[in-house]
Amino acid sequence: MDMRPDPLIMMTTQAQAPTTTPTKVAAKNVNVYYGAKHALKDVSVDIPEKSVTAFIGPSGCGKSTFLRCINRMNDTVASCRVEGLIQIDGKDIYDPALDPVQLRARVGMVFQKPNPFPKSIYDNVAYGPRIHGLSKSKVELDQIVESSLRKASLWEEVKDRLNDSGTGLSGGQQQRLCIARTIAINPEIILMDEPCSALDPIATARIEELMEELRHNFTMIIVTHSMQQAARVSQRTAFFHLGILVETGSTSDIFTNPTDKRTQDYITGRFG
Amino acid sequence: MSEHIVKSYEQELAGLDDKISQMGGLAEQLVGEAFDSLASHNPARARATVASDATIDLLHRELEEQVILMIARRQPLANDLRQVISVLKVAGELERVGDLAKNVAKRAQAISGETHPKGLLTGLQHMTDLASRQLKDVLDAYAARNPERAMQVWRQDENLDAVYNSVFRELLTYMMEDPRNIGLCTHLLFVAKNLERIGDHTTNIAETVTYMTRGSLPEGERPKGDLTSSTLMSGPIR
Repeated sequence: MDMRPDPLIMMTTQAQAPTTTPTKVAAKNVNVYYGAKHALKDVSVDIPEKSVTAFIGPSGCGKSTFLRCINRMNDTVASCRVEGLIQIDGKDIYDPALDPVQLRARVGMVFQKPNPFPKSIYDNVAYGPRIHGLSKSKVELDQIVESSLRKASLWEEVKDRLNDSGTGLSGGQQQRLCIARTIAINPEIILMDEPCSALDPIATARIEELMEELRHNFTMIIVTHSMQQAARVSQRTAFFHLGILVETGSTSDIFTNPTDKRTQDYITGRFG
Repeated sequence: MSEHIVKSYEQELAGLDDKISQMGGLAEQLVGEAFDSLASHNPARARATVASDATIDLLHRELEEQVILMIARRQPLANDLRQVISVLKVAGELERVGDLAKNVAKRAQAISGETHPKGLLTGLQHMTDLASRQLKDVLDAYAARNPERAMQVWRQDENLDAVYNSVFRELLTYMMEDPRNIGLCTHLLFVAKNLERIGDHTTNIAETVTYMTRGSLPEGERPKGDLTSSTLMSGPIR
């Protein structure tokens, strides 16, 4: 249970005690290049486990690039080169001996636009457990599908039409289906790249409520353009600008009393 | 400070500061006039002073409404958030200063027919000057976003407390000397207490200025010199 006071009504903003939660993802001097373009410059950050970390910053600042380094999605971009060290639980994820497919089973991802497979709701969720061989029987698979849909707060809405196509759901339901699909293979980390930018406020609130529940079991990292969303859902916030990680801190500090002028100018809407 | 991309937001924030300075100016004026109406035994002037407190109350309400609307519409963050919250708090303090000054003016009406022992008013005059000065300085610190200057006000309140202590003792002495002084002196005691409270409100504003500019409240205890809550004078019973 997070007993910290609401950041928006907190008056004292003295430095808080260092987070005691263990580090899940550690990046040291990460540099990313797209061809000659230096997209991410010397990023070092520790991301605590079982909490929500928000990445904020203007378009093109490198936040999505960094997010995609954490599950090695950038491997699929031919011109992309990643330097530096990224560790999950102390293990280098760019170790040549490590299988990226196994890595992506541990690090799930939810995208800006809901992208369910053109399959039934059931198959969307069952897909991952099937290819990773997570269930021994149909009964077991049914259980995984139900519990994943429950965790994604979608079960009640779809339990009577599991064989309908996933693409027939509303946008917000599709996004929750994608989250159910992600958590079906029981990842440790969930990356979200602007998961609510295509959703209305009600669907957004449902996703945010879901994040609040999921963070007790998963390490979550969200890229968002909504300052209010970052302030609402995250415990820590990192601000990127022009490929540089400008400032990382507790969300309450970043939004009431940021240290760096660039952070302040950006979150208050003063950036030119 | 660079400007907001949204110009109307910039204007709204500036509008809040304008209203604070307007409220502050009125509060300063009220404190001075309240005491003058007391010193000059002028009940008409005292009545006018009482009436003008309504303007401060009105500005307070307007500021409250504007702040609520801005929180709803703009969702201010970081220094903007601190400014908006500070405006709300400072307006509340100034509204209280207005009330205390109004109370002085009311007492001025009540005792306008009495003759004041001369020495007594000197102490109260001194308190009024100190309180007005503190109020002016802290409002300047607010307008200039100057936390050092605000902290100076915060520390200097002790001086006002010291004068209050001596006025308190003096009034007690008068009351002990002649019970017929008690009615008048009780009013003057409240006047002194009100002025001392105005000083306390200026220190609250000083703390808010520190929060607004630095993001943190001042460290440590404010130096306090009001000893009257533990003062007892036992004179010979005649």
